[in-house]
Amino acid sequence: MSQINRLTQGGRIDRSKTLNFSFNGTSYTGFPGDTLASALLANGVDIVNRSFKYSRPRGIVAAGAEEPNAVVQLGSTEAAQVPNVRATQQALYQGLTAASTNGWPNVQNDVMGLLGKLGGKMMPPGFYYKTFMTPASMWMTYEKLIRKAAGLGRSPRENDPDIYDHMHRHCDVLVIGAGPAGLAAALAAGRSGARVIICDEQEEMGGSLLDSRDLINGQDPALWAAAAVAELLAMDEVLVLPRTTANGYHDHNFVTLHERRTEHLADTAPQINGQPQARARMHHIRAGQVILATGAHDRPVVYANNDVPGNMLASAVSTYIRRYGVVPGNKLVLTTSNDYGYRAALDWHEAGREVVAIVDARAKPDGDLVKAAREKGIRIITGSAVFEGKGSKRVSGARVARIDLDNFKLAGSVEDLVCDTIASSGGYSPVVHLAAHTGARPVWSDEAIGFLPGKVKGMTPVGSARAVYSLSAVLADAVEAGASAAAACGFESGGIELPQVQSATEGPACALFQVPHEKPTMRAPKQFVDQQNDVSAAAIELATREGFESIEHVKRYTAMGFGTDQGKLGNINGMAIAARCLGQTIPQTGTTVFRPNYTPITFGAIAGRHCRDLFDPERYTALHSWHLKRGAKFEDVGQWKRPWYFPIGNESMHDAVARECLAVREKVGILDASTLGKIDIQGKDAREFLGRIYTNKWEKLGVGKARYGLMCKDDGMVMDDGVTTCLAEDHFLMTTTTGGAAGILEWLELWHQTEWPELEVYFNTVTDHWATMTITGPRARDLLSEVTDIDLDKDNFKFMECREGQVAGVPARVYRISFTGELTYEINVQANYAMRVWEALFQHEAKYGLTPYGTETMHVLRAEKGFIIVGQDTDGSVTPEDLGMQWCVGYDKPFSWIGHRALTRPDTKRDDRKQLVGLKPVDPKVVLQEGAQIVRDPNQTIPMKMVGHVTSSYYSPVLNSGFALALVMGGHKRMGEKVYLPMADGKTHEAEIVSPIFFDPKGARQNV
Amino acid sequence: MLHIYCPYCGEHREESEFRPKGQAHIIRPKDPVNTSDEEWGDYLFFRENPRGIHHEMWVHAVGCRKFFNVTRDTVSYEILEVYKMGEQPTVTAATQQKGGQK
Ligand SMILES: [Zn+2]
Repeated sequence: MSQINRLTQGGRIDRSKTLNFSFNGTSYTGFPGDTLASALLANGVDIVNRSFKYSRPRGIVAAGAEEPNAVVQLGSTEAAQVPNVRATQQALYQGLTAASTNGWPNVQNDVMGLLGKLGGKMMPPGFYYKTFMTPASMWMTYEKLIRKAAGLGRSPRENDPDIYDHMHRHCDVLVIGAGPAGLAAALAAGRSGARVIICDEQEEMGGSLLDSRDLINGQDPALWAAAAVAELLAMDEVLVLPRTTANGYHDHNFVTLHERRTEHLADTAPQINGQPQARARMHHIRAGQVILATGAHDRPVVYANNDVPGNMLASAVSTYIRRYGVVPGNKLVLTTSNDYGYRAALDWHEAGREVVAIVDARAKPDGDLVKAAREKGIRIITGSAVFEGKGSKRVSGARVARIDLDNFKLAGSVEDLVCDTIASSGGYSPVVHLAAHTGARPVWSDEAIGFLPGKVKGMTPVGSARAVYSLSAVLADAVEAGASAAAACGFESGGIELPQVQSATEGPACALFQVPHEKPTMRAPKQFVDQQNDVSAAAIELATREGFESIEHVKRYTAMGFGTDQGKLGNINGMAIAARCLGQTIPQTGTTVFRPNYTPITFGAIAGRHCRDLFDPERYTALHSWHLKRGAKFEDVGQWKRPWYFPIGNESMHDAVARECLAVREKVGILDASTLGKIDIQGKDAREFLGRIYTNKWEKLGVGKARYGLMCKDDGMVMDDGVTTCLAEDHFLMTTTTGGAAGILEWLELWHQTEWPELEVYFNTVTDHWATMTITGPRARDLLSEVTDIDLDKDNFKFMECREGQVAGVPARVYRISFTGELTYEINVQANYAMRVWEALFQHEAKYGLTPYGTETMHVLRAEKGFIIVGQDTDGSVTPEDLGMQWCVGYDKPFSWIGHRALTRPDTKRDDRKQLVGLKPVDPKVVLQEGAQIVRDPNQTIPMKMVGHVTSSYYSPVLNSGFALALVMGGHKRMGEKVYLPMADGKTHEAEIVSPIFFDPKGARQNV
Repeated sequence: MLHIYCPYCGEHREESEFRPKGQAHIIRPKDPVNTSDEEWGDYLFFRENPRGIHHEMWVHAVGCRKFFNVTRDTVSYEILEVYKMGEQPTVTAATQQKGGQK
């Protein structure tokens, strides 16, 4: 197909080179410099999509980010699929492959359209609202149906082959937008020496200067733009980011920029010298000052059938002609409320095609552009508007009449004009989206007939973003703002000489949103407000009739401004219509809110390198490589990778754990316990501090002695536990649970810094500094004696004591504490010596039957002894007494320690609280499910009264039976009673309440 | 993401370095044993949720580990001052009312 709408000259495209691309399976050609949209228009492609609800054919409306219809699926391979790409923003490249997101089997002959607009019937206005009011489960059904039928683009089913980067940057002045305002502001700030970042979302910097009729210094203003960009690029402190969209504006001038580095070249990033390059970068910018030079979007006029292909924004028509050398039709009717809309008609006329008429809503327009149109002999119909477009797959005519906006009715006879294109301009809407992201509500201006950005600290809107439209005023405004922003950051600007601007003088505009029709809005052909979400003026009117008076409610009722569109074209017209229906002004109706992201961002850019292996940090102990070699299965404990069990050959987990458990009970096992939290505590008041933070007493703990401690929050509930050792009168080493390490350090700092700063005490984390190897079992002493000079005599180194000495030739702290109930030595050495010590112990593997074990065996062994794990056997509602650990509570300590007061409340003394007990299944083969609920009478009616739940449950090889720990109401006084555990599969297990200490209840084995 | 000045480090740092610790100036009763259940409950559980000026505690969690206070506007999220533990705010709901909107 030839490019029937392409002009032979003009535009910023390179006609010397042809690019081939495909759209919906058909091949076309375009030129470098084209967007996908301009190339489609050049080829005379009218229908680019089917509408979301009503399945109506839709064409290209705009030339930029505000495009509602030409949203396409991009990608030539499955892995390269990108949904929701605006054809107006996608640069054309050789081999580009795109398809419509909506329409099946194709956009020309849509099944849903033929079926009598099924979508429309199924989705009346208020669809979302009403759906949510029906049983929530129905939403899933509706949603599937809508997605299948309407199609909203789809994600690739294969992994993204590209890489993405995150960058973190600081600057003095961030300029968003590189049109005339942005460039001038960046020059003013940049020349002062301030660090400046300027970004622009388009393929080429310059914004409106690239298709303007104005002149700067007597020349094409694009030349001035190119010179400005060149000067900025040459400045050391200025970073110029093309193809970069400011997508989110967050608190305290934190702005996220999405830089597309290769999307204009191919659908996956081309390699450079065989090296992959990042397809996109996400820049996280913290700016001193932000200059919002985001420009303004032309606002469409709302009239009947304004969505038929061939209806376009007036500014877009100008852009396609002047920037891309494309005239998107043959016979134009322009309907406008202002002078600058006239540029479309002038450009069309100058391109040699017919302008049927300019229909101007104003009674007496008389600006320079109006005069120019008159001079060219273009017919101008004043005081009138297009109230209905004709045609279905392409505009075939326009119906025009005089309008009476005060009474919202037509005021004269109807004239039918024959045309194939209707351009409309309802005035400019400043792009206030980014300012609104921060929570600053846009403010209505009657003078500008639009919303202006709300106030944000450290942000200045410039140029058309704040409704300053004439080029000379824009440049002056921007230079002033750029210099002020630099000055606010401490940089003196030398000032800039403003260039000479020759531009047309414009007359005043009038407010035109929805054009009245011969029929009432509810009965007239559809007048679209939001084409992407298929919201019509009638839908908004219906919403107000159904009692929705707040614009926020109207939006949710109609879905106006939802999704990837974010109300760029429709919101203000929608508000004006709601205001008219409610008989109030736009500011009375409310304001409009926009949320990030401004345009869709690929997930890859959001994820950056934080995916796959780098999704979350992994922490390894110093012995990790040994565990790997030994074939350990690993368990994630927080970010730590801990050996779970060490299978031999094809051993099952059950068999491996049983073997490891018996090795500890009969010979000796070894556990890498390095992940245990370790906090070094020093200072003359360290002992006093411990007494306040732990529930038990610390004043008499001698040097070289260790003690188990329990920590509560001030509500009396257990939060952590561990062993703390006295290394010197003013020096203690606290251990915490693996997961609690960071939180407990902060907890200690909190109490010290905020409540007891008078105590002289210091904390530091030493978790990673020490490796901890636990050898445990009857042969532990014999094994250790092979490699240490420490006196291990049972009377010289007793249970709950600590000694320093040499182990395997390196300095070590050895603790006699036990989490298994067996004779245990915890060997602590500097982490980088750990492997040497571990391997020295394993030289005696055969002699003593030394067996490495993992966390699963550790759990079984500790549970056999009734030792709790905080966070597993407790849940933030369990007191020390609930655990039967009153032996660990110093009620008579002089200082009212953390948790003490709460433990005297009547509620914490109730005897029907859930208390920790053991459960012995009547059938020893049963291993109860952790989390299973417990009842007293299995025959009661459902819902049964639940009296507790299982917290830990394992199979014990020494007991040859399943066993469990559980929290049971009043459990301490119910020893020997039977309870029942009804399961989801219909079975009910029976168990007996017993002591939580299943093995060696007197503790004889650890104390030998 | 907030930009927070740590009064101990003397620098503005990203919010991700800090952790919010809730309302500031909550003082643990000096004599807990002789505090009524109601007063103890207030100390443990009851917090302000103002629209506007809020004094809150933050900790420079992955920086200097110091706790400090922040006066923040819960509408604009603007941080009006930071001050060290034990100090009192100079910007309060009362001073804001007297001085008008700042
Ligand atoms: Zn700090």
